[in-house]
Amino acid sequence: MSTAIDNIVNQPYTAGFHTEIETDSVARGLSEDVIRTISSKKNEPEWLLEFRLKAYQHWLTMTEPKWPNVTYPKIDFQDIIYYSAPKSKVTKKSMDEVDPELLKTFEKLGIPMNERAALAGVAVDVVFDSVSVTTTYKEKLAEYGIIFCSFSEAVRDHPDLIKRYLGSVVPYTDNFYSALNSAVFTDGSFCYIPKGVKCPMDLSTYFRINTQDSGQFERTLIVAEEGSQVCYLEGCTAPQFDTNQLHAAVVELIALDDADIKYSTVQNWYAGDENGVGGIFNFVTKRGLCKGKNSKISWTQVETGSAVTWKYPSCILLGDNSVGEFYSVALTNHMQQADTGTKMFHIGKNTRSRIISKGISAGKSNNSYRGLVKVSPKAEGARNYSQCDSMLIGDLCGANTFPYIEVANKSAMVEHEASTSKIGEEQLFYFLSRGIDSEEAVSMIINGFVRDVFMHLPMEFAVEATKLLGLKLEGSVG
Amino acid sequence: MIIKNAETILSVQNLVASIDDTQILKGFDITVKAGEIHAIMGPNGSGKSTFSKVLAGHPSYTVDNGTLEFKGQSLMDLEPNERAKLGIFLGFQYPVEVPGVTNGSFLRLAYNTVQGARGKDELDPLEFDDFIQSKLTLLGMDASFLERSLNEGFSGGEKKRNEILQMSILEPTLAILDETDSGLDIDALRVVANGVNTLHGENDAVVLVTHYQRLLNYIEPDFIHVVDGGRVIKTGDKSLAHELESRGYEWVLEENRSRAA
Ligand SMILES: Nc1ncnc2c1ncn2[C@@H]1O[C@H](COP(=O)(O)OP(=O)(O)OP(=O)(O)O)[C@@H](O)[C@H]1O
Ligand SMILES: [Mg+2]
Repeated sequence: MSTAIDNIVNQPYTAGFHTEIETDSVARGLSEDVIRTISSKKNEPEWLLEFRLKAYQHWLTMTEPKWPNVTYPKIDFQDIIYYSAPKSKVTKKSMDEVDPELLKTFEKLGIPMNERAALAGVAVDVVFDSVSVTTTYKEKLAEYGIIFCSFSEAVRDHPDLIKRYLGSVVPYTDNFYSALNSAVFTDGSFCYIPKGVKCPMDLSTYFRINTQDSGQFERTLIVAEEGSQVCYLEGCTAPQFDTNQLHAAVVELIALDDADIKYSTVQNWYAGDENGVGGIFNFVTKRGLCKGKNSKISWTQVETGSAVTWKYPSCILLGDNSVGEFYSVALTNHMQQADTGTKMFHIGKNTRSRIISKGISAGKSNNSYRGLVKVSPKAEGARNYSQCDSMLIGDLCGANTFPYIEVANKSAMVEHEASTSKIGEEQLFYFLSRGIDSEEAVSMIINGFVRDVFMHLPMEFAVEATKLLGLKLEGSVG
Repeated sequence: MIIKNAETILSVQNLVASIDDTQILKGFDITVKAGEIHAIMGPNGSGKSTFSKVLAGHPSYTVDNGTLEFKGQSLMDLEPNERAKLGIFLGFQYPVEVPGVTNGSFLRLAYNTVQGARGKDELDPLEFDDFIQSKLTLLGMDASFLERSLNEGFSGGEKKRNEILQMSILEPTLAILDETDSGLDIDALRVVANGVNTLHGENDAVVLVTHYQRLLNYIEPDFIHVVDGGRVIKTGDKSLAHELESRGYEWVLEENRSRAA
């Protein structure tokens, strides 16, 4: 039976292919010159170059964090290509203008984005390597005054907004990787929802790492003005490579009074092979600021890829009555390592947070939940509920839970529940004894386990994510 | 009912099986024909559940010797799900809980899988809802059970009813019910027994593992087997159950010991 489980979870990566597109890269390594080159290639204003250089100077004084429960070979930051962009950089207005090779890539991934965009009514801002290739539905969004564009375009067309909010939630001094990102970020997405506007469609970005050895440093900034609402989807997958690729994105969310941001991610980057060779290093800083009263930020993530994941989407609950949520499924297999969780900072009065984390470990992987709930002295009436469940598949994997709770206000109520279970032979045998085969049994048990999180994903995404988990877990069961 | 020249559903001869290198079944024999109801009784730890699980194909057990045939076909190389598709059903002594998987979707998947194997059409969720309604009624179960997670938080009795619900939709040729009566209150016992009697016909067979004569008042067995030390040491008709109820097992064990000596 345990070999049956092995076969099920040891499904090779299906998104493993490399697209041949001419790229325009800078030389390996990081220096002030490289940063100046990136900035000038992107025709950036002086203030942004200064921001980058300050971040770089600060980064030089920092060292990599050692506290996450992961191990990986030392990263040689001078052996990384910090900028690479598809050669044709002219913005495309219609899908016909997009490089057919690129379209094929999306099709192989099962994301025929032209159809997808039309069918689902989703505006897809595709980041391919570092430069946005195409943006759809822009006009429709413009009617509502919504800005949804690549970060580079935003710097050009909306410099005041960028100047005002860039680094306001995740300052470049925050951590080693946010400093690095601030110095070298190449592109990403910007989204601005004006006062009182309820975004008429989900906004979606597909990230794709393509050029071998190119570090990826996306930057996402979402600003929701008073009383506005937006639902943002981020999904990514990468081709199979043998050398590790570093990914260090920064995502900043700002919700003003009564605003509501829902940010969902499905992540399926190359995780390395069964022996842990290759795979993406994913060191991401995601943080949302509930700046206004009654504001709400909700993170939902489905993490299935990467060799090493280090990621803690967090909420700073500054506004009174603001709400932070974190719903997470992290699946690790083979030699994958994930140290992921969230931080909820309760600062305003009557702030509430909710954490539901589901870790699934298979193979020889290691999956840790790390969460901080911090209630400041002034956070009268703060409430938190956390639930962290781990599921183990097989005997060689590991799961850990590291909850940190710091409460400095007596009126606060913080609740934490944790459980670890195993897809044991008894559960599988129960299904089998009813005629159901092991593949279907495992996928049903897993889908049951993640149900509380998946119900927070937008419908389309939930379907895709279910498919993804199935893919990761199905196999050649004899 | 005992039917002349009925087809042999289950034939087990000299079955020897072990778990973790410990031999539990030590030459188990039983023959069950279509239409019959058998009861297996015996002290705790005598190997009744082990036999049930070996029959259903539990992967933790290895069969070291003997034969295990269903309608003339050896089960030895068949996976548990293949045995289920042939029409073997095990009602568990301790059904597992599976959080997040709704009972309804589990039942439908099981039903469709087994139906598919019989070359019959699958039911979509709406059709299945209609279909299962009558079964729920038969077993006095509320439809809300379908929405709940599989066995999660079910009381002991509810779990047992849920096992019989599964039996009722899968319509097995051979059902082995491992202590389905334990933990049932008097009313539930009557309902479950009634369910089993309704489902049982001349083309299928039922094996009841039980400690109590009480169940046998409601489901009348044709044969009673006493198991000890991993084998059947005595077989009789239903009067044997009464005798066991009043005299305990010791005399049967003693009889067996003196026979062996
Ligand atoms: N992994 C194991 N290693 C060794 N012995 C085991 C193992 N699992 C079960 N056994 C033993 O097998 C024997 C038979 O167990 P089984 O569950 O079949 O008994 P039973 O007749 O169903 O008892 P009960 O009436 O209590 O349900 C017991 O003595 C039990 O301790
Ligand atoms: Mg037993």
